[in-house]
Amino acid sequence: MSKEFKRQDGRKPNEMRRPISAKVGVVPNADGSAMYCSGKTIAIAAVYGPKKMHPQHSQNPEKGTLRCTYNMLSFSVADRIRPGPNRRSTEISKITEWALEPVVMLDKYPNRVVDVYIHMIQADAGTRCAGINAAAMALAHAGIPMKNIVSSIAAGKLDKTVVLDLDKYEDSEFKEGEGSTDIPMTFTPDGKLTHIQVDGHISKEQLKEAMNMAREACKEIYEVQKQALKEIKE
Amino acid sequence: MTERKIVIPGEMIVKGEDYLPGEGTEKRGDEVVALRYGLAEEVKKLVKVIPLSGVYQPRRGNIIIGKVERITFNGWLIDIGAHDCAFLSLTEVPRYVNKDGLEELMDLGHMVVAKIWNMNKRGIDLSIKSRGLGKIDEGIIIEVNPNKVPRVIGKEGSMINLIKDETKCNITVGQNGLIWIQGDKVENELYAKKAILFVTEKSFMDGLTEELKKWFKENKNE
Repeated sequence: MSKEFKRQDGRKPNEMRRPISAKVGVVPNADGSAMYCSGKTIAIAAVYGPKKMHPQHSQNPEKGTLRCTYNMLSFSVADRIRPGPNRRSTEISKITEWALEPVVMLDKYPNRVVDVYIHMIQADAGTRCAGINAAAMALAHAGIPMKNIVSSIAAGKLDKTVVLDLDKYEDSEFKEGEGSTDIPMTFTPDGKLTHIQVDGHISKEQLKEAMNMAREACKEIYEVQKQALKEIKE
Repeated sequence: MTERKIVIPGEMIVKGEDYLPGEGTEKRGDEVVALRYGLAEEVKKLVKVIPLSGVYQPRRGNIIIGKVERITFNGWLIDIGAHDCAFLSLTEVPRYVNKDGLEELMDLGHMVVAKIWNMNKRGIDLSIKSRGLGKIDEGIIIEVNPNKVPRVIGKEGSMINLIKDETKCNITVGQNGLIWIQGDKVENELYAKKAILFVTEKSFMDGLTEELKKWFKENKNE
């Protein structure tokens, strides 16, 4: 790892954005809800259910369904984005479902659905990770049976250096040398991977390095999530 | 472990071969691990998690208050706020009902106090055969968080009896979080409602019954 490499905002390669904070119970009408902030990115997740699946043809008589909806609010970025679902948000919704599915236990709720709505009220890269972190806490708050809570963070590569938690500039505008690679990952606290995406090029060795870096960072995120869940008093 | 503590899913509650995993927990190796968010409790080596939030989980024997959602040819479908709709069969009604006129006894939107007498994969079966069960004719119904119902009732009914005595109202607490208040005056009913909302707001406090007594002294019903 080259020591001379300077990140645009002065962070070390293995340093994530700060402050990271979390709060549970932010949506009073939901069965469970949570907020997760990391740097300038803020995600709110609300969970409803288990409730009857509608439309009826999408009911699964074997086990319950997890249905995630990711949405970026129009004011979440500097220039307004067109509200409503689009190609990108549909993909991230599906990815969030896949990241959470291995830990939620919905076998006892056939024909039911658990709805997770994720809203980004401020977006500065790493939104899917923030969304997954918030959703995991909200699901726990809603009393959904889960094997574990998951934590999510992105690692990546800037030119030849493996770095943690890319921000918006590093993700989309960094063009030096080999350019940037973004790898969002989701881990359980015992270090098992539930989701990984790679956007760009990376070698096998550096991918391993990035994964270990993210795994370490997820431990810290897990502590934040745990603290937030233990603090609520209603 | 005498003190109850808040646990999150996946968190180890106790370590040791001789502990038994109860509701909301699982055994992984020699550890008992929580599967849901709530208060962990250990009684005689049996470990369980008491839920603090989430939707109402129906159990056999629960008294609940529900709303008639649909009428079928041999009974009523009742919405009890759980993930499942409950069914009140005609055979579980203690009096004669004309099969062509089920709506004469209970029509859509009517509220009913009922008991869960059976639960299976197909759904929840209700009964109104015991005393105190049946259609609600008068009074008001309020909704509270179903996880706070034990606080509203109190130890051996201490809290709810205090409210009943102070407000001279008849109160039925459904385990699903719906509470039926019936008094001879609307003022008394609203007074009871205020008292119950006070309890649910302060539900995390210790010695809440004493606190409520104080509240009754400070907030007299004019």
